[in-house]
Amino acid sequence: MFRNQYDNDASTWSPQGCIFQVDYASEAVKQGTAVVGLKSKTHVVLVAVKRSPSELASYQKKIIRIDDHMGIAVAGLTSDARVLSNYLRTEAMRSKMVYGRALPVGRAVSAIGDKAQTNTQEYGRRPYGVGLLVIGHDDTGPHLYEFSPSGIVSEYYGYSIGARSQSARTNLERNFERFEELSLQELVVQGLRALRDTMPQGKQLDSMNTSIGFVGMDTKMTILDGDGTQPYLDQLDEAEAMDTE
Amino acid sequence: MDLAMQARPMEAPIEAHNHNRWSPYVDNGGTTLAIAGADYVLVASDTRQSDGYLINSRYSPKAFVLSNNAVLGTSGCSADSKRLYEVLEQRAQLYQHRHDRQISTPALAQLLSNTMYSRRMLPYYVFPVLAGIDAKGAGAAYSYDAVGNMQRVTGVCFGSASALIQPFLDNQVRFKNQRDADPNRLLTREEAFKIAVDAFTSATERDIYTGDYLEIFIVDAAGAHKEMRELKHD
Amino acid sequence: MDPVSLELPHTLRGPQATAGYGPTTRTTQPIVTGTSVVAFKYKDGIMMAADCLASYGSLARFRNENRLMKVNETTVLGVSGDMGDFQHMKHKLEDVMTHEYDMDDGQALGTKSVYKCLSNIMYGRRTNINPLWNSFIVGGVDGGERVLGYVDLYGTTYMADSLATGFGKHLAVPILRRRVEGRADEITEEEAVAIMDDCMRVLLYRDCRAFNKLRRAKVTAQGVEISEPYSLATNWSYAESIVGYGV
Repeated sequence: MFRNQYDNDASTWSPQGCIFQVDYASEAVKQGTAVVGLKSKTHVVLVAVKRSPSELASYQKKIIRIDDHMGIAVAGLTSDARVLSNYLRTEAMRSKMVYGRALPVGRAVSAIGDKAQTNTQEYGRRPYGVGLLVIGHDDTGPHLYEFSPSGIVSEYYGYSIGARSQSARTNLERNFERFEELSLQELVVQGLRALRDTMPQGKQLDSMNTSIGFVGMDTKMTILDGDGTQPYLDQLDEAEAMDTE
Repeated sequence: MDLAMQARPMEAPIEAHNHNRWSPYVDNGGTTLAIAGADYVLVASDTRQSDGYLINSRYSPKAFVLSNNAVLGTSGCSADSKRLYEVLEQRAQLYQHRHDRQISTPALAQLLSNTMYSRRMLPYYVFPVLAGIDAKGAGAAYSYDAVGNMQRVTGVCFGSASALIQPFLDNQVRFKNQRDADPNRLLTREEAFKIAVDAFTSATERDIYTGDYLEIFIVDAAGAHKEMRELKHD
Repeated sequence: MDPVSLELPHTLRGPQATAGYGPTTRTTQPIVTGTSVVAFKYKDGIMMAADCLASYGSLARFRNENRLMKVNETTVLGVSGDMGDFQHMKHKLEDVMTHEYDMDDGQALGTKSVYKCLSNIMYGRRTNINPLWNSFIVGGVDGGERVLGYVDLYGTTYMADSLATGFGKHLAVPILRRRVEGRADEITEEEAVAIMDDCMRVLLYRDCRAFNKLRRAKVTAQGVEISEPYSLATNWSYAESIVGYGV
């Protein structure tokens, strides 16, 4: 019935040093569609592919606004992400109310990291089945963090999580050194290029399934869906055409 | 006799310490008015904050733009006013998060009433007006008392100069005591703006708690924008 | 049943539950008090001053108290009112600043945030009808911007180019409005010191709870500097010529 005898709960080690429940949760992240995040000196961008469970259903929301200076992209269980985003929103509002300042992005991510860690150490709990890319802009500039069910949080220049995200990461690794000087628009297109590499055979990025989010110095957290993404997709096509010439 | 009364040792009676009780309230003066029109609404507030005969600050705004472009005008206790604004703004944010759209002016008006009433036992010492655009695109102004009693109005004034300005608005905005006027006519923006400025310049002459600067917010479908006028600094 | 042997019903809260142990108490008047704080903006930052006296009623009880607190690298806090309540607030602020230091992410609270935090504590206490009996002035430089804010036991807040608490509201503010307001950007440090000394001298002459041993703080882009105690030159020979009440 069980894969092994060490995966009944999150508080049991396997002799190999694995906590299987956490490993399984990390698998859940890979079942979500890919999201890509990347940053320049001034801005940080998220791009995501949305999935529709059926022809009749709407597309799942992938990018969520936390505050004017912060947003997240989701891969995995959307319902778990909602719990985390509600928490982040509350914390962001609390920071504004108590200290009159935007919640520093790193502290926000550590806060959910701590919540996730608790789920990996206490009996009877379940790790979050969701990975997040958290973007934000604060006094120390733009930031991109990855949050994973294990409670590990890491900061990146560019990163991708979700289904087939390895292809996107390969793309980012090849190009990230140029990101720093890019404009917001170029950064979005660069993100879409990486995101496109995660698309399965025969599927294309289009205005229905693409979601774009960005924030930066003097730019409030903005989320683009539907027609709003079209100009960027057009630029992606142009850039592709240039490449093939 | 209930248990609590019996349980209390006789040597430690609870006395009513009502005498000499510290009051948590201060009146910081200042005046706010609102005028609603067909497709706009206007809120005007002076910016003086005083404490008795002392002027604390010549520029301490008491009208606030909320994230749905409605404007909250206040008067009374400045500390309560600022907190009320923060609470209302955060509630508006929460609505935006939960429903993925901005809260409507009538909904926000009701929310303000509930927020005020939630402090029924220690009221916000604030007399707010809330102004925004309603679902039909018309200007909407709401006036409240300190515990949340609410009414939609076309012309209202609260604060230290309200006794001077309200009768003027009754006559000039609501056309009271005017024989041949149409009582249902709504003012144009230009008319409302001039009346607001005149009301404050005159009130500043007689009310020591009103003065320094006048902030006028005009809200319409395009959003809220602010105009500043100087009042007397004496 | 013997009423005294009855346990207090656990549903009772607050004053009623503790009635058997004496009434719940609140600060209804300050005990050991500091008098005015004066502060204003000048070209390079902000300047603030307060004397070193903590009075016990009309007794000059503690004559070497520091009423200017360095909150962090960019912020000073000037306090008047109850010194006990101030020390409580001081500990609270130190806790907050220690927490910020522990975060170690280069985003410690700026002056505006300290002011906001302080104001929230004051407003919260007054809303619980348990005020901290103080008037505070927070001054500092936050992101290149000079910040000067006032908060008192009612949670009333306001910001201006020049501020004072206590008697300073009556005696120093008129001087500051004439000499500082509108020209905060041109006042040199030298002139700022002169203005400050004039204000403190007037307070010394007229405020019976003022003391000729005071400290001056300045906050500039370089940080916070709080001076050692110093005295002002005074001339009491005017006193003979003053005719009025009691003469």
